[in-house]
Amino acid sequence: MSCRGFLKVIWDLVGGRQEEGQYLAAVYFACGYQDHQGVKGKMHIPDGFLDLKTWVGTTAVSIGALTYGVRATRERLQEREIPFMAVMAAFIFAAQMINFPIVGATSGHLIGGVLAAILLGPWTASIVMTTILVIQALLFGDGGITVLGANVLNMALVSPFLGYYLYRWLSGRAGSGFRPGAVFVAAWISVLGAAALMAVQLGLSGTINLTTVLSGMLFWHFFIGIGEGLITMVVVSYLYRVRPDLFHGTTVV
Amino acid sequence: MRKEVLLGVLTALLVAGLLSPFASSHPDGLERVAEDWGFAGKAFSMLTVPIPDYLMPGVAAEGLATALAGIVGVGITFGVAYLVGGLVARGKSKGGAR
Repeated sequence: MSCRGFLKVIWDLVGGRQEEGQYLAAVYFACGYQDHQGVKGKMHIPDGFLDLKTWVGTTAVSIGALTYGVRATRERLQEREIPFMAVMAAFIFAAQMINFPIVGATSGHLIGGVLAAILLGPWTASIVMTTILVIQALLFGDGGITVLGANVLNMALVSPFLGYYLYRWLSGRAGSGFRPGAVFVAAWISVLGAAALMAVQLGLSGTINLTTVLSGMLFWHFFIGIGEGLITMVVVSYLYRVRPDLFHGTTVV
Repeated sequence: MRKEVLLGVLTALLVAGLLSPFASSHPDGLERVAEDWGFAGKAFSMLTVPIPDYLMPGVAAEGLATALAGIVGVGITFGVAYLVGGLVARGKSKGGAR
């Protein structure tokens, strides 16, 4: 039973059903933000968490990087890769909905940036991830509008690039074979990197003390990252077995 | 290729349609930190969105509402990403001219 449901039963038992306002206040204080808002699947930075300079700054960086990325991708992207981009986007959107429980009544979910980057290359992955984030913000209210640039920077730029280059570095030179362990570590670390960056943005905004938020974010994302690593490793390993030719890193530098 | 694209989309639809209702509703990493350190209340919504919180409006059963939201989201994401890919690739053949 949810916290709200439990409180409703108790409230009715003590005969307090008339005072709707008091009941709502009790729900708010006893059950806290999560149950009060009834949120599920809200996971990206919402509006209100970052201050003006931080969201404007991150938006400018993201626009600049994506503009360059689109130009770079334009020269390389082949027509036959487009359906694969779309499938990847659809799959990552779906996978992001699946929050898995970690320790301490907290959950995590796949970001998918490294999955996309290993298969499509980092710039194409950035474009795919940005597409997903824009759809989530505009249609599902997941992630704010002002902070879209920050969410893009963390999950569509830093996460794929960090994971991609870490993966390449850990696997050694291209062609030396596929290493599932490298995929796992790259995906795990990429989550910690994105979480640390998000913490810095929250600290810069004055929303919360930097040291506090950094340790909190790294603590939870240490576990969430393990989930990211496992899912990425399983999916990449499967695809490598059935379609090794799809792999960006093994064919194109 | 076409068959594999279909298989991929089908997988995404199955994940979004069948697994999503069973997803954990515990707060995620950011939400958890925001709650623990008391800044969760700073969040607000700027837009009225068509499918808030991944729940299809007008569907009472929460599991079904989530599944429908997921299926619609997968379809839209596939379509938009296809379009975006096409737009990016088109720049190449046309060169500098519009």
